[in-house]
Amino acid sequence: MMIFKTLHTENMLGKSEKISEIDRREFLKIGLAITGVFAGGSILSVASAAEKVFPRGSIVQKYPYRPHYAMVIRVDQCIGCRQCEKGCIAANAVPDYGWRTKVLEKEVPEAIGQKREFIPVLCNQCNNPPCVRSCPVTATYKDKNHGIVMMDIKKCIGCKICMVACPYNARYFNEEKGAIDKCDFCLGTRLSRGEKNVACSVYCPADVRVFGDLSNPQDRVYKLIHQLQKPVWVLKKETDARPNIFYMKG
Amino acid sequence: MGCSEKSTFPGCVKDAAGRVIHGGPVYLVFLSFFIVLFLAGVVSGVYSLFIEGSRHAYGTYREIPLALLIATYIFFVVASTGLCLVSSIGHVFGNRDFLPIAKRSVLLALITIISGFLVIGLEIENPFRMMLYLFTSANLSSNIWWMGTLYMLYMIFMAVEFVLLMRESHRIAAFFGFLSVLAGVSAHSNLGGIFAMLSGRDVWYGPFLPVYFILSAMMTGSAFIILFSIVAQKLRGQGMNEDEQKSLALVSKLAMLMIAAVAFLTIWKMITMTTGGETRLITLHETISGSHAFSFWVLEVACGLIIPFFLLLLAGGRRLGLMTVAAALMIFSIFFMRLDLVVMAQIVPLYWDMGVKEFSQLHTYAPKWKEILVAFGGIGFCGMAFLLGEKIFNGFSENREAEAVESTEPESE
Ligand code: SF4
Ligand code: SF4
Repeated sequence: MMIFKTLHTENMLGKSEKISEIDRREFLKIGLAITGVFAGGSILSVASAAEKVFPRGSIVQKYPYRPHYAMVIRVDQCIGCRQCEKGCIAANAVPDYGWRTKVLEKEVPEAIGQKREFIPVLCNQCNNPPCVRSCPVTATYKDKNHGIVMMDIKKCIGCKICMVACPYNARYFNEEKGAIDKCDFCLGTRLSRGEKNVACSVYCPADVRVFGDLSNPQDRVYKLIHQLQKPVWVLKKETDARPNIFYMKG
Repeated sequence: MGCSEKSTFPGCVKDAAGRVIHGGPVYLVFLSFFIVLFLAGVVSGVYSLFIEGSRHAYGTYREIPLALLIATYIFFVVASTGLCLVSSIGHVFGNRDFLPIAKRSVLLALITIISGFLVIGLEIENPFRMMLYLFTSANLSSNIWWMGTLYMLYMIFMAVEFVLLMRESHRIAAFFGFLSVLAGVSAHSNLGGIFAMLSGRDVWYGPFLPVYFILSAMMTGSAFIILFSIVAQKLRGQGMNEDEQKSLALVSKLAMLMIAAVAFLTIWKMITMTTGGETRLITLHETISGSHAFSFWVLEVACGLIIPFFLLLLAGGRRLGLMTVAAALMIFSIFFMRLDLVVMAQIVPLYWDMGVKEFSQLHTYAPKWKEILVAFGGIGFCGMAFLLGEKIFNGFSENREAEAVESTEPESE
């Protein structure tokens, strides 16, 4: 049945048989934060150290898309200059009343040194996108090849249910387009024209936003997520949207 | 219909128009008032959507995209489903005591669903695209798709049912009534489902809403029947007959039962909101002692549940004055229940728990007057269509004899 599709495609039931609670705790010990591990579905698959813990092939080694676009945000590197926002606006003609990406700011008075933390947010190109499920006319959909959550603006009826469905506040109604607008990893304005990187990442002077292909072991995104020294996490894991934007420090 | 079998269609129209025109000064004043409301709403909505842009005209924004107009839509479709359910007790499920109210309820159900569609049509940004893509680009996992499609079916079934009822074809009418109930309940639970399926919205998420909506619909439907039957009786200028009185007494008992059920659900909703995370707790706090406390305690609880319950108890199904007040209070307050239900789940920012500066304040919503006019437009349409309906169908009075005769023949129910 359709509802259980993700269960099968990601072999969630299988995994739960194979990874016992003890294994999970082991995994925590070796450093991968549990949130990051299970959020993306199969992230722990080919991690080299993981294979020492788990017998080879015991975890499904599969990312559903090729390329499987994702972004790692090295959150502690962000200096809050907001060049990424500007780059995004320029590249994608984002009007002044909307945003596709935003840098959130948090005061951390008890911190030593810098007392502010900056957290960039954008559409998480979810693997299980609530916006796509709720759209009555498939005006928003998950592309079958690269997994980017796209808009077909001519179909959008402007019911705005996707705006409430999105756990990340990633969507807004664009008057000029007469439709919802959202981050599409610059597919329309850059990737489709042969560029390899997204605007926000290009404009970031501090190398905070690493964009790439999670299905390619040679890719930096892949390597960052599969290294085991540092915890990787995602936002709002509990909603089960299974995001493709990962956060880490360093 | 409001004219005898033998007269021609133009003759019927002429008769009906005559009855409207000779409705008396009070009737005409009210009719004109509702017509003006209706037109003002349509003009305001069309202007807001197609000329000014909803971003400027309406009070909704990125963080609270659904508000007054969605609440008004929900209000009307909940009422419609309720009217359909309550009227079906009589002519679909064969409880004769509910029969005398059937025709008016079915017409009211039809009117309220159209009012709802009118308001939603002036809320969504591209209503014309909807007509096309709802059918050519359906998303079967979307609750909105199911709700929209099922409500359209429901409307068609109801219309057929009404025509059949007016022609006294009670058997086939009952069949279509049954189809309307099926479509209505499924559509309505999908309306709850729209919100109930949003895992990112803690306050809505879970199986509560579809159940709540159905019970709440019965409550609203009962209130509509009580109020509109009494107003209709005043319009006719003659007392209520025995059967109608008896039906109303039953409907008011049903209303009390439903009030109790909704109160019970509300209490448990509140209790469960004390657990399950900060968002739920803050929402609860805002509801009962924060910015929405007046709306909750005075409108929802006092005027919507407690006072009407005791008024109906006092009225004992006989004192029409008390019943009118109770029903009117309920309808008025239920509107605010819908508004709170829609808005309250959006006040806590989605990034609240991250403690960031940009989202450190709760979101607030205040409707703008162009939006309010659209909501009034829906009310205008509802009032107008009801008043016209009463005269066009002559207060459903000529058929009463026939009904009495038919209800003695079991196979005709
Ligand atoms: S606003 Fe547009 S994209 Fe969003 S759910 Fe409605 S039709 Fe789909
Ligand atoms: S972050 Fe929001 S808009 Fe992006 S895919 Fe997920 S639910 Fe959809």
